[in-house]
Amino acid sequence: MSKETVHDRTKVTPSAPELAVKSSHIPRRPKITPPKPRKDISTPTIALGEIPNLQILNEKGEISDPSHEPNLEPAELLRIYRAMVLTRKLDTRMLTMQRQGEMGTFAPGMGQEATQIGQIYPLTKKDWFAPSYRSFGAQLWRGWTIEGLMLLWDGFSEGFEIPDGVNDLPFSIVIGSHVATATGVAMGIKRRDDDDAVVLTNFGDGAFSQGIVAESLNFAAVDNAPIVFVCENNGYAISMPVQRQTGADYLAGRSVGYGIPSMRVDGNDVLAMIVATTDAVERARKGEGPTLLEAVTYRMSLHTTADDPKVYRNEEEVEYWKTRCPLARFEIYLKNKNLLDDAAIERTAAECEQEVIEGRERFRGRATANPREVFDSMYEKLPPELEDQKREYLSKLDRKNEEGH
Amino acid sequence: MPQLTMAESLNLALDQSMAADDAVCVIGEDIGVNGGVFRITKGLLEKYGEDRVIDTPLAENGIIGAAVGMAIYGLKPVAEIQFSGFMMQAFDQIEQNMARMRNRSRGRYPVPMVLRTPYGGGIRAVEHHSESREAYWAHTPGLKVVIPSGPRNARSLLHAAINDPDPVIFYEPKAVYRAFREDVPDEPESLEIGKAQVVREGSDITLIAYGAMMRPTLEAAEDLVDLHQVNAEVIDLLSISPMDTQTLVDSVSKTGRCVIVHEGPRTCGVAAEIIARLNEHAFEHLEAPIKRITGYDIHFPFFQVEQHYLPDPDTIVEAVQQTLAYE
Repeated sequence: MSKETVHDRTKVTPSAPELAVKSSHIPRRPKITPPKPRKDISTPTIALGEIPNLQILNEKGEISDPSHEPNLEPAELLRIYRAMVLTRKLDTRMLTMQRQGEMGTFAPGMGQEATQIGQIYPLTKKDWFAPSYRSFGAQLWRGWTIEGLMLLWDGFSEGFEIPDGVNDLPFSIVIGSHVATATGVAMGIKRRDDDDAVVLTNFGDGAFSQGIVAESLNFAAVDNAPIVFVCENNGYAISMPVQRQTGADYLAGRSVGYGIPSMRVDGNDVLAMIVATTDAVERARKGEGPTLLEAVTYRMSLHTTADDPKVYRNEEEVEYWKTRCPLARFEIYLKNKNLLDDAAIERTAAECEQEVIEGRERFRGRATANPREVFDSMYEKLPPELEDQKREYLSKLDRKNEEGH
Repeated sequence: MPQLTMAESLNLALDQSMAADDAVCVIGEDIGVNGGVFRITKGLLEKYGEDRVIDTPLAENGIIGAAVGMAIYGLKPVAEIQFSGFMMQAFDQIEQNMARMRNRSRGRYPVPMVLRTPYGGGIRAVEHHSESREAYWAHTPGLKVVIPSGPRNARSLLHAAINDPDPVIFYEPKAVYRAFREDVPDEPESLEIGKAQVVREGSDITLIAYGAMMRPTLEAAEDLVDLHQVNAEVIDLLSISPMDTQTLVDSVSKTGRCVIVHEGPRTCGVAAEIIARLNEHAFEHLEAPIKRITGYDIHFPFFQVEQHYLPDPDTIVEAVQQTLAYE
């Protein structure tokens, strides 16, 4: 398999001819690590070390940890800000569309904009991103289009067309199951001498109860694979508060059991998210293995549009988290740096709103179902029995068309 | 031409595939220095190193999940699940990602991987080590399911599975691993996935079986000639999904009668699917109801009584006689 064919997963190729091509980049060396003798493991105490808790920008928008403040250009800071605003505008608009019957059930991400943009910021295009389904912000940053995301959540498979130029995975709706795929990609990267890409995957506090997430962390640790695990602890798995997902106070602490480093991060502080993820990505890229980040954030909105959180959480808590809004505090920071004023805030909001509206119009232009293609990506070549079923299905469609349904 | 057991021929297929294509790697439990509990991966670690012979922690779901990711990245992983009874831990990753990723990604991420696993009874094993649940995977869209019956077709089918652009479940009849030897040529051979083989021509009745059940079925066919002057045609299904409907229909259209043999549970089993297809495509040629000799809808019994659970030649002969007697 040539270098190009492995990396260039950026084009939609329904039939994948490169599979027949032979790899010449997987090292042939028969590396075998001799087993280490099992030593006396008795020790008076087990020191588990300390897990840092990173916040750079506090809820008032003040720098609380100057030593970690990233040195980002003004244009970059504004780009990050705009991405967060766009994320919220898309979220809000889609909720309106859903309430008006123009959108399927989807998972809003309001309140998690800093977690999203902060985690994705350090990734390069050649890196792999394996998102959970609540990942609007990061997906927009990677080049997923507004209309594509709208198509996806309105039940059109075209929405899963991965943007050209990035290695992103389509999410699996089954909680946590994509984390294993991400780990496997990282194990693949590690086996090539000429690829220093890394993988970043996110999942929620609920997903962390899934066995496959535990298996994935363990596989990555044992293999020293280049991957960053971002647990977006938004407080709830539908109705179940994180306090009932775990008997521990911190999810970040689980890394100790796997022997990988971790950090707890204020997930509503985009600067802390950028710094923590940059560090984890660099570790992975240098061959130092996986990292776990627990981003502490809050799901300000619904689990999905089919959910009513008033049943299981109180207003007081919701109000408290509004004071920790990731957008508000970043605005104060930018104002304090003289990069933003009220007029610019309004202008950015209006521009982002307009971008979402334009995306919605493109979505409306494309929102036509293509029922004829449901068999086409099942196998590279359809087996005869599926050809038969496809014919049967298409003739049913044709009949319906003739009857005017 | 060397005479090999199925265990040896599978090892040969893996070795030759890894030598020919650097993207092929094997991943599983105890497959490295130990060479696999059935020694199917014996010697591969020494030849290809730990980057391509990947001993994993003990977690079946993780093995399949990781293999899917590696396949998406561009490798061709051959994952070993130590016993097919342990695939249930990996049902998650088989269904959610292995089977679905090509379609979910609209063709961008094919999953060219193989899941190899020993299945079936007859080796006096503990609980969960004798299951034959191929019907689960045949019922899962996006997968292919193949089951060899002897050393030579095992080697050819494994080559085909490794080179297939889609995920293949490769069930190995563990009772056959070392049961007999066959001539296996040095040069790699490949069988087309989705094709059954008529392994014995006959005119009175069609017997359909696969995997470890080929031996009692062929034995029954010999007994039928010797004892009852019945000339049975025998088909080795080889591929459960896709299924070679045409070969089955052609044979039954000729003989008019059919008995199907498998060791998996009866309800919604592979035989039920074959009967449905013959009903759809060969109904007017049938001269008697199709019979099925299968495992029962019970958990595979403890091994002191397993011989009573498994289909045997006498039961098959009896079923054939009943089918022939039908008017």
